[in-house]
Amino acid sequence: MRAKARKTGEKKRSILQVARVIRSKNSGPFELTLDIMFREKRYFNLFKEKKIITARKIARLYRIPESDVLKIVYFEPSQAIKVTIKRKIPSGAPGDTDIYGAQQHVPLFNLEF
Amino acid sequence: MSQRTVSRKLPPFKILSTTAILGYGFPESSFRKGMSKKPDLVAADAGSTDPGPYYLGAGKSFTNRSAVKRDLRLMIKAGVENNIPVVIGTAGGSGARPHVEWCLDIVREIAREENLHFKLGIAYGDVDKETVRQALKENRIRPLAFVPQLTPEVIDQSENVVAQMGIEPFIKLLGEGCQVVVAGRSYDPAVFAALPISLGYDPGLALHLGKILECAAIAATPGSGSDCALGILEEDSFILEALSPERKFTPQSAAAHTLYEKSDPYELPGPGGVINLHHCSFEDIGQGRVRVRGSRFVPTEKYWVKLEGVRLTGYRSVSVAGVRDPIMISKIDTILKAVEDRARDIMKIKPEDGRIFFHVYGKNGVMGELEPVKKTTSHELGIVIEAIGRSQEEADALLAVTRSALLHYGYEGRMATAGNLAFPFSPSDVAMGKVFEFSIYHLMQVDDPVFFRTEIEEL
Repeated sequence: MRAKARKTGEKKRSILQVARVIRSKNSGPFELTLDIMFREKRYFNLFKEKKIITARKIARLYRIPESDVLKIVYFEPSQAIKVTIKRKIPSGAPGDTDIYGAQQHVPLFNLEF
Repeated sequence: MSQRTVSRKLPPFKILSTTAILGYGFPESSFRKGMSKKPDLVAADAGSTDPGPYYLGAGKSFTNRSAVKRDLRLMIKAGVENNIPVVIGTAGGSGARPHVEWCLDIVREIAREENLHFKLGIAYGDVDKETVRQALKENRIRPLAFVPQLTPEVIDQSENVVAQMGIEPFIKLLGEGCQVVVAGRSYDPAVFAALPISLGYDPGLALHLGKILECAAIAATPGSGSDCALGILEEDSFILEALSPERKFTPQSAAAHTLYEKSDPYELPGPGGVINLHHCSFEDIGQGRVRVRGSRFVPTEKYWVKLEGVRLTGYRSVSVAGVRDPIMISKIDTILKAVEDRARDIMKIKPEDGRIFFHVYGKNGVMGELEPVKKTTSHELGIVIEAIGRSQEEADALLAVTRSALLHYGYEGRMATAGNLAFPFSPSDVAMGKVFEFSIYHLMQVDDPVFFRTEIEEL
């Protein structure tokens, strides 16, 4: 995918240019849920129509198996995409590093489109 | 569930939600303003699994007693004096018996101090293990996503098993004339939705409103978990209203809240059914208020409740230290591996009996394995050395040996031979007590939604 973009000479844009909120949080102790809210409806629509965010892409960003990506939901009222992934370690179990899961969003900053 | 009277129009039903978590506080001015609107119900959710498994296992609240007492005093006093029901869900933070008793103790203390007399309803959220074993045998247990299948062994190991009760136990207690209801583990919206649903209001709207009010003013903008919010339930919609001048609800803030801490914002499962928001609309009606329409409740064929339980997995000790030496930082992974091996060799302890974790801040302390940045460029590292043993003594010993091994480890190329760690504290080691982990996070199908134990007490 990256190679294709380079070939056509198009410059990729960062998600940070079009997102208003990018965050992570527990959705129960076994799931981590990632939200991307867009500043403008058109970017939300673009991401939705072009399916820019896929389980495969999330799996690559987080270096997790695709089967650990539970679902991707487009939420119109908030112009938001929600991705839910498996927690490597359930909240608070030995070895956990982030009980609330609130600081696991940063790999999303590397999303380009 | 809802006996809707078609002939008579339902009057607006006003719900005052005081705070996102009982004990997080709220401005008295917002509360007074909320009371001046003559609410039909004052309620607050007191719980969350967010702070982790410890609190459920240890039977302790993650909120502060004085802070909870302050919030409850204002709510109960105003509620009893004005004959408005006051409902508290997931008392004590986790909603098992010790948490409920802790909260009841505070309620009784307030009643004594304020000379208040009222009928107190109590609903316990505990589920005895035999009930869970039976349900497992009868194939009435389902794991939630990424949760292992439940086994009889895990049930045996688990402590303080609770289930999220729905609206039914609240309806029962309020129907018996309870002025104040304190409940164990509850589905967050239930404390807000139970009474209006029993009066004939639409369950979809009532539960969706409850879902938002559960976090009080967090869904307003600027959001706050320590401020009140008012919900006005009508026949075909509900209105959200902020109660302090610096805050307002907007369609965006209300909708965005629906995303928070859940995996699917369109379908929110709860006891007995799903709140369906596919046809939901948020409308700005001025003066910082938002009207919400179209939320529907779709009952499931069978009634499922969510079970929560934790098991003891050991005892923890930790030590905090810093590293500034660039030579050491460049070799940190191999050093930590060698130190762990050495500590194990000295203690003769198997990895499953004694666990050692190095939380290396400045490297991957926050994200652990998920950390995409592999090259460390920090000029200093913070290390939390963590040991988990089968007893506190074992954890303390494992930590002490690991800490001293790291302090004096002679790595290759070392220049600073006096010590590898900077300790900010003396004593350097802290015994942290029991370590729990979530062991039960499953759905259980029940025949009677009011299977929870309820009691009534005259104060």
